Amino acid sequence: MSGSITRRGALAAAGALALAHPARAQAQAQARFESVFMFVPAAPGGGWDSTGRAIEQAARAAGLVGSFQFENVGGGGGMVGLPRFVNQRRGQANAMIVGGSIMLGTGITGKSSVTVRDVQPIARLTSEAGVIVVPAASPFRDFAGLAAALRANPGAVPIGGSVAGGIDHILLGLILRALGQAPRSASYVGFQAGGQNIAAVLGGQVQASISGYSEFAEQIKAGRLRALAISGEARLAGDGADIPTLREQGVDVTLANWRGVFGAPGTTAAQQAALAALMGAVHATPQWQEILRTRGWADAFLAGEAFGRFVERDIADTEAVLKDLGLA
Amino acid sequence: MDTLAALAGGFATALTPTHLMFAFIGCFLGTAVGVLPGIGPALTVALLLPITFQVPATSAFILFAGVYYGAMYGGSTTSILLNTPGESATIITALEGHKMARAGRAGPALATAAIGSFVAGTIATGALTFAAPVVVELALKLGPAEYFSLMVVAFVAVSAVLGASALRGLACLFLGLLLGIVGVDLQTGQPRFTFGMIEFLDGIEVTIVAVGLFAVAETLHLATRRKHGEDEIIPLQGSLWLSREDWARSWKPWLRGAFLGFPFGAIPAGGSELPTFLSYYMEKKLSKNPAEFGHGAIEGVAGPEAANNASAAGVLMPMLTLGLPTSVTAAIMLSAFQSYGIQPGPMLFVTQGDLVWGLIASLYVGNVMLLVLNLPLVGLWVKILKIPTPQLYAGILVFATIGAYGVSNSVVDLLVMYAVGIVGLFMKRYDFPVAPAVIGMILGPLAEQAFRQALTISQGDPFTFITRPISASFLVVALLLAVGPKLWNAYAASRARA
Repeated sequence: MSGSITRRGALAAAGALALAHPARAQAQAQARFESVFMFVPAAPGGGWDSTGRAIEQAARAAGLVGSFQFENVGGGGGMVGLPRFVNQRRGQANAMIVGGSIMLGTGITGKSSVTVRDVQPIARLTSEAGVIVVPAASPFRDFAGLAAALRANPGAVPIGGSVAGGIDHILLGLILRALGQAPRSASYVGFQAGGQNIAAVLGGQVQASISGYSEFAEQIKAGRLRALAISGEARLAGDGADIPTLREQGVDVTLANWRGVFGAPGTTAAQQAALAALMGAVHATPQWQEILRTRGWADAFLAGEAFGRFVERDIADTEAVLKDLGLA
Repeated sequence: MDTLAALAGGFATALTPTHLMFAFIGCFLGTAVGVLPGIGPALTVALLLPITFQVPATSAFILFAGVYYGAMYGGSTTSILLNTPGESATIITALEGHKMARAGRAGPALATAAIGSFVAGTIATGALTFAAPVVVELALKLGPAEYFSLMVVAFVAVSAVLGASALRGLACLFLGLLLGIVGVDLQTGQPRFTFGMIEFLDGIEVTIVAVGLFAVAETLHLATRRKHGEDEIIPLQGSLWLSREDWARSWKPWLRGAFLGFPFGAIPAGGSELPTFLSYYMEKKLSKNPAEFGHGAIEGVAGPEAANNASAAGVLMPMLTLGLPTSVTAAIMLSAFQSYGIQPGPMLFVTQGDLVWGLIASLYVGNVMLLVLNLPLVGLWVKILKIPTPQLYAGILVFATIGAYGVSNSVVDLLVMYAVGIVGLFMKRYDFPVAPAVIGMILGPLAEQAFRQALTISQGDPFTFITRPISASFLVVALLLAVGPKLWNAYAASRARA
């Protein structure tokens, strides 16, 4: 891993929104790729797929990459595609796989032999904080009300979210632990599709629900759901800026669903640095910033070694919570 | 009449040459992907997503809606002619439709499917235009407990259709339930019956099993029974078009199918398969000649085909009014909305009126277009059956193999399909019904999840299913279906004796 890349990654991690201009010019000069192979371990249309295709859109518009080749292998929260990528693309310098926090949990609960540790961290691109909502008619006016009910008897408050062991379940586990309750005591109701989760909370079938902010955004704006807390480190910018963070409300929990790209195993440090530089250049394009804006994705760019350390820490945290939830 | 004025504005948008062209391309593509097993509307819309970078939103959604409706039309064609369901929503069509084709009545089967789809699609689009907000609010009243009780109704209905032997029917139902359990359990995240194979983590695809049980088993069955040298071509009898009797027997199932399909599309756990099963069962019960079922009864094609098209319109309703996707295709269309920076929801009709009404008007246009596209093709399609049997079935096998591989580019899927095909061969040989296996596989996992979700919500209180009024009424219906006919027979017998 070359020094300049690491410093750049650390800079971004420190909170810089975009790269400094001289650095951008330098990155673009060294980051041109003839072709890139982009592996998406999910079916077309989902979050990972749209991340991969957004990278293509920005990179090609800026002339950073000549051509893109895509392969989609969906299933098992990325655990079907990941082993295929690891086996077939070993040592391929221009190959990348899209992935993110969901992949960590599914690798642990599914006891998969191939995990995120088998691919090389290149860059984190976006992240989305979770939001805790209740129906408009709910007696819980604010997070303190919900927290009091959870402290009294977590089992009596059914809370909806995505598949068990997924990021929404993990967030609930972290909240319960912070409130001094055992994560296992939760009444967590996992729903297959986001739509079922929204329907369950709108219809009052569950008392509260957890999901990414974008999933609930329209219902919150229309006043049909009330957002009690957001799980990010800071409040959202723009829409939803009035939702307080968990930390502001005395619960020391932050969690975000991040997405990024990883390189093939068996590649050299220099090859990985070149991919990281490419992603840095993609991130600096106006097209990428435009995509972030229209899609409502929060910028979470972090590259190189800093990203590697972040992934290691996230794996350890996820493992600990899943153990507490009795799923690992 | 604000709605009518808005709809007229929508037609003005939908009838421009550009939008007519997009609707036509969508309908054409949709029909084509509906025909191929495995490649469904969801995948097609996903692959067309990049188009959202190039064209205006209204054009893109007219295209997507065309694909969605078209797939529902196209899926029935292969079910009827080749016993190879292109979509899980058309599996039930194969039961009677293929029997009709074997009896030389492929033309009327295709025609009743196409016209029924048109009638139901139009009725359901009308319902979408005028009743959307009310139906959506009602659908939200249904929770996991209600869904479970609804599945119980479906299971009872299915076991009542099981045919000659209840034991064989139940054995097949449980085979289906077993296949449906494979994969990661939603409530605990743990893999079940995957035997350490990552390919099984997401479970076994229903269309793979259906194609195995229908097409592969049928091919193997023919291969084991045919005498060498014999060259029988399925004869075509009578008119390609619907006879007066066909019309008389079709129109009621079309209407009933439409009224079953639309609300099921709108409820979050409904989908398009459940209403086709219920429609089939209902038509069998209401038919004047139930003995014909299993040997090519036209009602068994007309009802389910109407139901699946009506459900497609139903699915659009919660998506447009609540931003609530109730099917995979709707979920992908939702992500297309997001790439335009539009979030469907309660405000959509206000903020994006032109887009929404243009889209709804294009659904009417698309329905007409699909009818015009499909009816003349009936004559062409039935010619497929003039191919000599060995060549035809070799072709079906190749076609099924390509389609199955297309689902997720997985060799494991192919092995599963052929293994299921061999099981299906013995089921056919020893007279085990196929339908309960497929239905168990589709509904089993839904019922299990709904049961456990309901119990988590009620904190383990099993009486939640009978204390919630809607759930309780579903269970009463199920009970009546199960014991009603027997009690009635006993009563009739005792009166006859008296």
